[in-house]
Amino acid sequence: MNKKKVYPWWFVAIPLILYILFFLLPSVLGVFYSFTDWSRMTPKNGLHFVGLKNYSEIFSGKSQYANGILNTLKFTIISNIVKIIPALFLAILLQESVRGKNFYRTVFYLPSILPFVVIGLIFTSVFNYSNGLLNNTLDFLHMGFAKQKWLSDLHVVWKSVYMVDAWRGIGYVMTIFIAGLNAIPKEYYEAARIDGANFWQRLRYVTLPMMRGAIMINVVFGVTYGLKVFDIIYVLTNGGPGHATEVITTYVYELYGSGKYGVSTALSSLLLAVSAVVGFLIVKQMRTKEEDAA
Amino acid sequence: MKRRKIKPSSIIKQIVCILLTLIVLVPCYMVVINSFKTRSESARMNLRFPDVWQFSNYLDVIQKANLLKGLLNSLLYAGVATFLGVMLCAMASFVLSRNRTKINNFIYYFIICGLFFPVNYVTLVRVFQWFHLTNTRLGIIVVYTAMMIPFCVFTIYSFVETVPKSMDEAAILDGASPMQMFFMVAAPMMKPTLVTCFILEFMGVWNDFMTPLYLSTKSNLFPVTMSVYQFFGRNTSYWNMIFADIVMTVIPVLIIYAVGQKYLVSGTNAGAVKG
Repeated sequence: MNKKKVYPWWFVAIPLILYILFFLLPSVLGVFYSFTDWSRMTPKNGLHFVGLKNYSEIFSGKSQYANGILNTLKFTIISNIVKIIPALFLAILLQESVRGKNFYRTVFYLPSILPFVVIGLIFTSVFNYSNGLLNNTLDFLHMGFAKQKWLSDLHVVWKSVYMVDAWRGIGYVMTIFIAGLNAIPKEYYEAARIDGANFWQRLRYVTLPMMRGAIMINVVFGVTYGLKVFDIIYVLTNGGPGHATEVITTYVYELYGSGKYGVSTALSSLLLAVSAVVGFLIVKQMRTKEEDAA
Repeated sequence: MKRRKIKPSSIIKQIVCILLTLIVLVPCYMVVINSFKTRSESARMNLRFPDVWQFSNYLDVIQKANLLKGLLNSLLYAGVATFLGVMLCAMASFVLSRNRTKINNFIYYFIICGLFFPVNYVTLVRVFQWFHLTNTRLGIIVVYTAMMIPFCVFTIYSFVETVPKSMDEAAILDGASPMQMFFMVAAPMMKPTLVTCFILEFMGVWNDFMTPLYLSTKSNLFPVTMSVYQFFGRNTSYWNMIFADIVMTVIPVLIIYAVGQKYLVSGTNAGAVKG
């Protein structure tokens, strides 16, 4: 029977159109506008091409925007390391026979379903210098020396952001790892044990190679999340103290607020370019895998 | 009677797990307990029980923080957008997966690319003006629907491969239209993945903050995340109220999580195993 009749093309049409109009079109338009002087004043002055002016403004020594780009990359790398490695060990721990492991799994997953805004507000309170839960706990444990101005000290604020991000995200990463672990045949471990492999050798030669899929998924989700991070930083620090924790998206929003749409879209377009490269590499990987399988 | 031997390693594991549980749950407990205190009590942010339980905080918040409006907006956005998105993506993924022509394969990868792209909200505001969607509920719903398309197509597409094909043609031969065939035969078999997508995307929309930040300037369009944040901005030192507001914001997500946990975990599993 004709496949066209059973699987009509118009099933695809509506989502495809919505995706193009409200997802892709803004991105493509953004690249176009990034070469113009588009701003709040445009209705009066008209739109002009300005070449690479917006980009040179971003990368010129005077502006902070380049720093926002660096911060985004830094956040993407560090936040993933501090989530993925502990989550892996936690998954291994909860995969073995630990009493109450289902309870623990549910609890550890819990933070990842909460809205970022809410998490940000909760930790604004937890990090409060004089009354917050964290410093109070340190006092209680007679560890007053470890007390910090968690959100206003330049040297501490990023660590606080990573802590909150890990608090939120480790359980999710862990859940994916547990699924990956469950798919490894038990015999492999038995064989390794008979060969006298210790924990680290089992991890190195059995677990990690067999978990490539789960690790891949976590890295992909983690990297795309890291590049786009906004909510948690906006609510927790709003880019501060000073501009210490600004990332691309917080600058994009600030520039939007101050009416400098051209520079704002230029920054977005840079983010788009980085994401596109990452996405392209991953999709290419997926396609070759699919062809291998076929 | 002989006592079972307890290995030292399992004690260490338990200690690690209990510590981590505390790290997760104590902040949550702090929020709940402080939401029942007076303003000055809650300013100390400790974990003690309140002197007098202030249940009225919740009534106050509902009145002052425009909470009901926010909840209804969130419910509308998350409910309608997710239902539409998952249904449309199910139909599209079904066809894309079953009829793998060159163009369909291209469309699939074209859509999957959206998994990695950031949304450009500044120009989206512009696109909204062209379509006269500025500050409308319809506009917000359409954007949420559009934003979930890459993920839903990605997830459902790989599931469709596990659904047997034989029934499709049989249904058509029996005189069903493709629409009838899809909803009567194919969709019921895709139920697990559709439910997973629905839960994940519902929570995603419910928790989203950026879209309303850019796209709605009118407070009566704010979903609950925005109204919580606004409320915090206006009442920075009223932690009891803020916490009460937070509790009310989170309850619906917790319910969805509790009901759909089974599907949620199996959904993440499917992705991880396939790789």
